[in-house]
Amino acid sequence: MNDMTSQGYVTPDGRQIGGTLMELKNITLRFGGVVAIKDISFDIRQGEIRAIIGPNGAGKSSMLNIISGFYTPQEGEVWFKGYRRGPMKPYQVARLGIARTFQNIALFDGMSVLDNIMTGRLNRMKAGFLAQAMWWGSAAREEDENREAVEKIIDFLEIQNIRKTPVGRLPYGLKKRVELARALAAEPKLLLLDEPMAGMNVEEKEDMSRFILDVNDEFGTTICLIEHDMGVVMDLSDRVVVMDYGKKIGDGTPAEVRSNQAVIDAYLGVAHD
Amino acid sequence: MDQLIFAAEVVLNGLMAGVMYALVALGFVLIFKASGVFNYAQGVMALFAALTLVGIQNGQVPFAHLINAAFGTSLHHFGWTVPSVLAILLTAGVMVLLAFLIEKLVLQHLVGQEPIILFMATIGLAYFLEGLGDVMWGADIKTLDVGLPQGISDTVEQVTANWFGYGFFIDRLDIWATVIAALLVAALVAFSQYTKQGRAMRAVADDHQAALSVGISLRFIWVMVWSIAGFVALVAGIMWGTKSGVQFSLSLIALKALPVLMLGGFTSIPGAIVGGLIIGVGEKLFEFAIGPMVGGATENWFAYVLALVFLVFRPQGLFGERIIERV
Repeated sequence: MNDMTSQGYVTPDGRQIGGTLMELKNITLRFGGVVAIKDISFDIRQGEIRAIIGPNGAGKSSMLNIISGFYTPQEGEVWFKGYRRGPMKPYQVARLGIARTFQNIALFDGMSVLDNIMTGRLNRMKAGFLAQAMWWGSAAREEDENREAVEKIIDFLEIQNIRKTPVGRLPYGLKKRVELARALAAEPKLLLLDEPMAGMNVEEKEDMSRFILDVNDEFGTTICLIEHDMGVVMDLSDRVVVMDYGKKIGDGTPAEVRSNQAVIDAYLGVAHD
Repeated sequence: MDQLIFAAEVVLNGLMAGVMYALVALGFVLIFKASGVFNYAQGVMALFAALTLVGIQNGQVPFAHLINAAFGTSLHHFGWTVPSVLAILLTAGVMVLLAFLIEKLVLQHLVGQEPIILFMATIGLAYFLEGLGDVMWGADIKTLDVGLPQGISDTVEQVTANWFGYGFFIDRLDIWATVIAALLVAALVAFSQYTKQGRAMRAVADDHQAALSVGISLRFIWVMVWSIAGFVALVAGIMWGTKSGVQFSLSLIALKALPVLMLGGFTSIPGAIVGGLIIGVGEKLFEFAIGPMVGGATENWFAYVLALVFLVFRPQGLFGERIIERV
């Protein structure tokens, strides 16, 4: 935990990574008698792409759910932007500037792509209830401004031609992209991606990888993603946390993690003592 | 020819009755869409709103019987009357407060429970509100008059008499109710389509988890939706209360909303309107055409039989979402 004070580092491809944005300290999460996460600590730096990997059931999604407020850990501390975060509801976490996507896609199926993405900006809209209801000046202007920001994201993710389509009718790969667009619309400080590539074919995976890198590059968004496809993760991430059976077994750059014996064992399935 | 003109008058009357049904059904749809709760108490909310409105208008002392019984006083009225507009605003305020309390005391404790549990809770709520209305304002039948015009419209009668040689009998209250209901529906649709809160409401209706993840507070949305449903109940209560007096049977209009919902679908605002119109016109036309052959009074059962037929052939209703189970 000493490197908390450090001023970041420079990646091999020359990007400057900043100080600590989020820090998790000694997190333990139990469901009844089952320990899902046991005493895990790690940090996420400003501007980096941080991955959490591990075999199925390692507790990766639980970790993401803790960061986004869907679960509250029994033990441990969550620090964000230098402040300790108390127990929070998911919507409060979202309002802090942490956006997320879901492994099983949680979109509003009955609403159009555009409306779905607009919901991402709900917390950026200030106009009051009455002004909204009456469509008075400022509210209308605000709607236009937000619409503009959303259109930029739509262009960025190359989904212009489906903007009016109800989300329920889209194929899986595009739904994933719309979900990413909705998360981006909030202009988050931290973007959480829960298995962004799950269930995709090779081409879709390449597209998604490109979008993730572009988002990080273009907007400087800090990204924390979960993935169990090792190959994809190693290409994308700056640093990787490896989990197995709810414990952290490795943490470092992709190269460091790849040569870590515990990680190799976990992935190749060496018997646990 | 005469028969056709009679039928036209019947259809017109049916459409207006239909709007009234739609108004009640709307309250159900709003809450069902946003929280998946079938609110059994919607009818009683209309009764409670109407009772409160009359009480405020006449300057009644709330809980007068209770206070008198406890302290041996003989309170009944404050001795003032409140103008209609102000009374309506105050009643709307009471309905918002009620929505807040329902969320705080009931819904909040049942988050994540099965729909049937929530349904049972609204049955309890219905009986509670019914009792509360009685205790607060007394159980006697009251007349409600907020200044809406009533009686047969002379203008309509004269105009139609000139056109067809036969004057239509249309109640002015029905015309006003139609106009007000249409405005209310238009406002609701605009609200849900074009405002931030409306978008959040649709989002919550669609997926709770996703709504949370974009920073929507479910509690705020629920209070808002119940407030709107309370307001719709108030409007329905004013219309029906003006028409047939404020009394317990007012809460039974909710029963008429059920077939409307089965026709239109539980999740569709346009469905509630179209369903209401079909039932309104359908039962009046049926009574007009078939009624005399079977001894009349078909209006009592026509709507329910129609709903049954729909349940067999199109259970999701005209506009409802089709439920497809994937295996």
